[in-house]
Order: sequence, then C-alpha cells, then structure tokens
Amino acid sequence: MPHLELASISKSFKSNKVLDDISLAADAGEIVVIFGPSGTGKTVLLRLIAGVEEPTAGTISIDDQDMADVAPEHRDVGMAFQNFALFPHFDAFENIATPLRARAQSAAQIKEGVARVAKLLKIDHVLGHAPRQLSNGQKQRTALARALVSSPKLLLLDDPLRNVDAKLRFEMRLELPRLLREAKSTVLYVTQDYKEAMALADRIAVLAHGKFVQVATPEEIYRHPATVNVGRLFGDPTINLVETVVGEGATIDLVGETAAIDKAYAGLKGRSVTFGVRPEAVELGDGAGLKARVMAVTPLNERTVLLLQTKGGAELLASLPSSSSAIPKAESEVTISFNPIGTHLFDRETGAALAKGRA
Amino acid sequence: MDHTSTLERVIRGALITCVLVFFLFPIFWIVLMSFQTNETILRIPPSIVFEPTLSNYSALITGKLETTAGNLDIAFMRNLWNSFFLSAASVLIALALGIPAAYAFARFRFRLGEDIAFTLLSFRFAPPLLVLLPLSLYFKQLGLTNTYIGLIWVYQLICLPLILWIVRGYFEDISPDIEHAYRISGNSWLKTFWKIAVPLAKPGIAAAGLLAFIFAWNNFVFALILASADKQPVTVGALAFVTASGIQYGQIAAAIVLSIAPTLALALYAQRYLVEGLSLGAVKG
Repeated sequence: MPHLELASISKSFKSNKVLDDISLAADAGEIVVIFGPSGTGKTVLLRLIAGVEEPTAGTISIDDQDMADVAPEHRDVGMAFQNFALFPHFDAFENIATPLRARAQSAAQIKEGVARVAKLLKIDHVLGHAPRQLSNGQKQRTALARALVSSPKLLLLDDPLRNVDAKLRFEMRLELPRLLREAKSTVLYVTQDYKEAMALADRIAVLAHGKFVQVATPEEIYRHPATVNVGRLFGDPTINLVETVVGEGATIDLVGETAAIDKAYAGLKGRSVTFGVRPEAVELGDGAGLKARVMAVTPLNERTVLLLQTKGGAELLASLPSSSSAIPKAESEVTISFNPIGTHLFDRETGAALAKGRA
Repeated sequence: MDHTSTLERVIRGALITCVLVFFLFPIFWIVLMSFQTNETILRIPPSIVFEPTLSNYSALITGKLETTAGNLDIAFMRNLWNSFFLSAASVLIALALGIPAAYAFARFRFRLGEDIAFTLLSFRFAPPLLVLLPLSLYFKQLGLTNTYIGLIWVYQLICLPLILWIVRGYFEDISPDIEHAYRISGNSWLKTFWKIAVPLAKPGIAAAGLLAFIFAWNNFVFALILASADKQPVTVGALAFVTASGIQYGQIAAAIVLSIAPTLALALYAQRYLVEGLSLGAVKG
C-alpha cells in the first residue's frame, strides 16, 4: 500500500492550469524527487499535499485516508520552504520547537528533540539567535530542522538548497541522503538541479507543463529519457541533439554525411527524428568511418570535453575520462562512432523517445 | 567646491529654520500664553517678558473661571476625561473589529470584498456634515444622543477605516508561507492568527491605533452636534472660554497645552513602534 497517493490531481488559478491530471504513488520511506524547470508547478504540488492549497480536481490520500477535508495541522507533514519561512519573532530554538509544542510535549522532551536535530544539522551553537542574525545556510538548516524535528511521516522539501551558496549546497547534497534515510519519512523533494535529483532520489518524477513526463529511477531517466526534453535536462555536458531522418539500414543523415547508429533502430527507416547522443557515447578512433575535426579541448576535472565538427558542419560534444591516454589534440582529425548505450532517437513532432526494435 | 558646500549648508540651515519656526513657533507661543493673564496677552506690542502666572491652570483644574463679568463654572477636567475615555474606547473597539477584518481582507478574496473595504474607506473622505443631520435624527429616535455609546459608535467612522487599511497593508506584507509553516507545524488558523499574524503586524497595529487615537481626540464636529456639555471632549469644551465678557485667551492656551499633552506623550512613546518596523529578514532569501 503506497503511503502517499495522488490521483488525477489538477490545479488551476483562474484560467491558468498549473497542474494537469497528475498521479503519483510513493511508498513509505521512499525519496521521490520532483524535478522540473521553474514555473512548472512543483511548489504548487507540495502546497496541495501540505493542505495550504486545495486541488481543483483529484484526490490526495495519505495512508489510504482521503485528505480533502483534513486541515494542514492534522496531516502530520513536515515542510521546508524554499524561502525558509522562519518565524522572524521567534529565535532559532523556538522556530524548531514549534511542531513539538503543537504536539503538546513536555519542556524536557522539546529541549531534547530540538537539541538532537540541531546537533545533526550542526546549528546547535546558534539556537539562541533570531532568524535575521543567521546566515543563509543556518536559516536553511533551521528550516530543515523544523521540518524534521517531529519525525513526520511525510516530508515535503521545496528546493531547500536553492538559496544557499555553492559550497554549502555541495556539502548538503552529501549529507541530505543520510539525514533523510535517518528520518525514515516518505520524502517529496523539489529541485531544479539535476545533480541534486540524481544524488538524492529513489525515483525522479520529471514535471513539465503541469504533467509528469517520466517517473523512474535516476539511472532509468538518464539511460532512457522518455522525451527529448528529459534527455536535455539530465546530463552535463548536455546531450547532442541533431534533427534528421532515419536512412537505409540504421543510418542517419548527419548534415550531408551518413552516420551509422544503433542497429536496433533499423525499423524506423524514413522517420523524421531528433537524433540524441550523450557526449560520453561519442567514441573516438582513427580508422575508417565518419571523420570529424577536434575544434576545442576543455578539461573539466575528471572529464575532458571535446568540441567536434564534422565535414558537413555538424557540431558534437564528446566527453572522455581525463585519465584516458587517447585524448586527441585540438585541430587533429578523428573518426567518430556512437555507442548504442547513450544513443536515442526521438520523434521530431512529439519529442517522445522511439522504441528500439530487436537488433 | 568649498564655496558651494558652504552655501549649501547655509541654505539648508535657513530652510530648516524656516520649517521649524513655522511649525514650532505657534506651540511655543501657546505655551507662553498659557502662563499669562488676558491683559498681558492683549498688550500691544506683544512681549515675551512677563510675570508668569499659574492662574489659568488653576482655573481649569478647579473648574472656577473668574471673569470681569463674574464667576463661571467650567467642566474642563470633565472634558479632558471625556476626550480620553471616548478616544481610548473608540480605538479599542476599532482594533477589536478592525484587526480581524483587516486580516480577512488581506488574506482572503471573497465576493464584494474590495467593495466593502472601499466603502469603509469612503467613510474617511465623506464630509462629516453629510452624515450628521440624518445621524442626529436617528440618534434622537434611538435615544443615543448625548451618550458615550452613541459617540463611540460614531467615532468608528474615524477609527475603523484607518485601522482597517493600515493594518491590512501590514498583514499583506507578511509572507503567507510563514503562516503556512506555522499551520503545517500543527497549529490551528486561530492560533496562527494570534501567534504569527498579529505579532508580526504589531508595528502597523501600534501606528494605526495611535493615529486613530489622535484623530478621535481631535474630532470636533461629531461631539458638538451629538453630545452636550457633560459628554463633550476638550475640543468642544474649549468653546466655553468664549464667554459673554470676552475671549479668555489665557485659559484657552492652557486648555490647549493640557489637551495636546496626552497625544504628544503618546506619540513620543509609540515612536519606536512607528520606526522600528520588525525586520522580516527571515523571509527573504
């Protein structure tokens, strides 16, 4: 039985439809990352679940109980807001203690609970400070502590790392999975940073234009993006995309030249497609085949990114491990081929991924 | 460069002096007058050198006014109390009614909401004389003429719109997420209103309450028409000094000093609320 279940949720503000027929089930203890560019309704979705907004249509159930008439204070939900939403007239201790006070715990229990979560988040030394005296990182941790302190069954985290600096974001990205597992809550985590999504998620739900485009494990999303947009959103450097037509015997037309692709696509002859290949699936050799010139070599720590240009003028990014001995020099000529893992064809009209046939 | 800045300083100083003299000299003069007898006040040319007397104040406090035409009983201290009671009670009632209403207007969109809010505001800019005549007729019918309840009721025309509109703005400035966070933490909306919305709007509530108190205190025409001597505030009470034997400038000045003192003290005390402006640093990223 799923812990949280969204069934055909829609939400409109006046004539503007923000969420359109969304369904999702999350098991107890599962971390589901809601991923999408800004303005796609991620925050609205969390607000609906928390109960501070009401869906226009559809039902939200927690533990098989319909939440339609349940007030936010009775949903046993913890939520961290993107803008922190700390209570400016309470100090950090009182901010964190709020959910415990509302549950009528004794002073000793409250003190212990706050101290435990504050220690975990390394803010135990600033508990006496007012929110305005805290740094952004401390505010963010205080907001997170407030959400975690009562060990709610369901945690809603709205892009909690959005407003913190890069260093802290990196640290928190490492710490958060441990914290969230420890909390044993079901977690819905909203972000627009694909690395955060990949690092934290059991499953990622990609939201675009008010609908889930794909709900799958991080690996599945990366390996088999459901649409050209999902492919584009995950991965750095981004996937190479070329609009083309499938030719004879699993080939495509790459700006005037014929390039061989995964044999499994042979059945799609004549189809107008967008050809997508991950930079790491662009393999370099020196034999016969499709030639390309190396235009630029950019070392990025553990990977080196190459900008390649074919004779016809198509530009492709390739990425190799920096430790590789086969990194060509700029201006040299290489032969390129495409690894079937990391090669995708998308319908040019709908953007949907096209299934591979049997090779 | 030096020349310009000196000129600038001189001009600025001169302008500030002009403004201060314009606004503060009358107050200074009134205070001086309150310590003089009618004879020294009316002396020509006027002088700031005189024998100070407390007779004006003692006349006000004892309620015995001695004029050349004989003794007159005045109820100035009673008027002062009336002013205080009417203003304070009006503001308290307006706060009790206005704060929840302001919250409703700030947080919820409901049918005719804006129209109702605007109608309330229009009480502020409708001339009081427009409503006074029908009101005095109603009040006679209802038996509210010359009662505290009747006056406090009418004073809501002054206090309620002021409090409603100022406090509404403060409520709108509070991020709804702060209230959402408090509710999600497990608190009812009523508790959220008391523990989050009201404390965060406190500077606005204090400012609105203070302004409403001063406006109510300064009101003249409602009390003039709707109340008689024993219920009238100082603004109307000061008319008693325009007697058959002449205008008692000294007592009027003393009465003015006494009647501005409470609002002045209140304004000085509440200044920090007006300026403080609770920082919402925790909200902004």
